[in-house]
Amino acid sequence: MIKEGLLYAPTHEWLKTEGTTAYVGISDHAQESLGSIVFIELPSVGQTFKKGDAFGALESVKAASDLYLPVSGKVLEVNNALEDAPEQLNEDPYGQWIVKIELSDPSETGTLLDHQAYADVATD
Amino acid sequence: MKRTPLYGRHVALGAKMTGFGGFEMPLEYAGITPEHLAVRQSAGVFDVSHMGEFVIEGPDALVAVNHLVTNIITEDLEKVTYALMTDHDGKVIDDLLVYVTAPDNVLLVVNAGNIDKDFRWVKQQLSGMDVNVSDISDDMAQIAIQGPDALSLVKDIVSYDPSDMPFMTWKTLGEGPSRIFLSRTGYTGEDGVEIYGSPDVITDLWDKTLAKGVVPCGLGARDTLRFEANLPLYGNEIGGDINPVEAGLKFAVKTEKEFIGKDALLSSLASPVKKVVGLSLEGRGIPRHGYPVLFEGREVGHITTGYMLPTQDNPIALAAVDIEASKIGTMLEVSIRNRMVPARVRNRKFHQKNTKKQEVSS
Repeated sequence: MIKEGLLYAPTHEWLKTEGTTAYVGISDHAQESLGSIVFIELPSVGQTFKKGDAFGALESVKAASDLYLPVSGKVLEVNNALEDAPEQLNEDPYGQWIVKIELSDPSETGTLLDHQAYADVATD
Repeated sequence: MKRTPLYGRHVALGAKMTGFGGFEMPLEYAGITPEHLAVRQSAGVFDVSHMGEFVIEGPDALVAVNHLVTNIITEDLEKVTYALMTDHDGKVIDDLLVYVTAPDNVLLVVNAGNIDKDFRWVKQQLSGMDVNVSDISDDMAQIAIQGPDALSLVKDIVSYDPSDMPFMTWKTLGEGPSRIFLSRTGYTGEDGVEIYGSPDVITDLWDKTLAKGVVPCGLGARDTLRFEANLPLYGNEIGGDINPVEAGLKFAVKTEKEFIGKDALLSSLASPVKKVVGLSLEGRGIPRHGYPVLFEGREVGHITTGYMLPTQDNPIALAAVDIEASKIGTMLEVSIRNRMVPARVRNRKFHQKNTKKQEVSS
C-alpha cells in the first residue's frame, strides 16, 4: 500500500512537509521487505544531515538496514516511543513518523517522488 | 542458482526466498520469530535438501574417512558422528556428519556452499587409497523435523517410532527407491529427526508433515535456532582463521588418532591464541556478523553471529576474540555503526538443549 499525499525517496522513506518542517517515516513496502522490526536506532535532536545521509537504522531479526534522510535537515524531534515498540512501524508505517526535521533547503523536496512515481520503485 | 525438489512447495507457500550456498532457499514463511518459537514450543519442518552428500566406498573406506576428519569413525553402523575436515594447517575445510552404512561404505553430509571444494579435496587426498568417491547430492533430498512434538509426529509420518533411538543414531527404513535414512540429529537444540531419501520420497514426507500441522521453517529460523543452541556454522564460528579448537569443538578433535591437520591443532591446543566466546550486550544495538570487538580500546576480534531473539532478554552474540579477552565476565565493546556498545563475556549456553544427549558442548 502506498499512501497518497506523501513524498517518497527511492530508498523507501516517506516525507510529509508542513511549511519548512517535515515528518519522515518508512513506506509500507519498506516494512514489508524488512519483516518484523525488532530494533531502531534514532538520531539525537539537533543533529544535522545532508540529503541521503544515514540518520538511523532499523533491524529485523535477520538484518540491519540504514535509514536515509530524503532531504537535508536538522532533527527537531525524534519518536522515542519507537525504541520500546519498533514493531509499530510494521503495524502502521504511515501513522508512525520517525523524526521531525527542519528543512535546510525546501527546494530539495522537488527531487522526491509522488505516490504514483514511487509505485514504480516499490516493486522489488 | 540451484533449486531443491521442494522449491515449488516453498513458492506455493509464499516463502520469501534467498540465495544460500548456491541454492534458492526459503528464508522465511510466516516469519523468523513465529518459526523459531514453533520449534522451541511444538514442531517445525525444514527443507535441508541443499546439503551435500558424498559416498566413500571400497576396502579402505574407514581408513580413508579417518584420515580426512578430526573425529574417530568406527564400524558402528548406528552411530552418527559430527566431525571436521581440516587442511594441513588445521584450518577447517568443512564440518560434516558421518554415517557408516557398511564397513566399506561411508556417507558424508557436507555444507551446500562447500560441495565442490570438499569433493575436490576428498578426491585429491584419497587418490592413493582403494576407495571410490562419489557425489550423490543431486539424488538425495533431506528434511529436518524438529521440536518437542517432533518425535511423536514422525512416528505417524514414517510408520516408525524414533523415540527409542538415542540422539546421534540413525537407521534405514524401507527398501529400493522408497528407502530412507532416519537420523536422530538436528541443528536446533531440540529433539527431532533428519530424514534423507530420494526427491520423490522426501517430497511426499514433506507433504505429510505439513498435513500434520507442522510449521514450515526457513533458513532464517534455522540460523537463529542453531545459534541459540551454540551450534557452529561454517563461515561464522568455524572456517577462515578460526580452527576447531578455538571454536570450542575439542570434543570432535581426537588427537589419539592421525588425521590431516593434527599437528597444527596440537599446537593450538598447547598455546591457544583465540577463542569463540558468548557475549551479552549491555547497551542498545544488535551485534552482527563481522562487527569489530574491542578490549581496552584495541580491536581483539569480531562477532561471528549475533541476534536479538524473542526467547532472550538481551541481544546476544558469539565472537572470536584474542585469548586474553576471552575470560567470562570480561567487559568488551562491540563497534555498531561506529558506536561502542558495552558487552560482557558470558558462557555460550544461551539455550538449555532438549536433546537427549548434547551434540556440541562448549
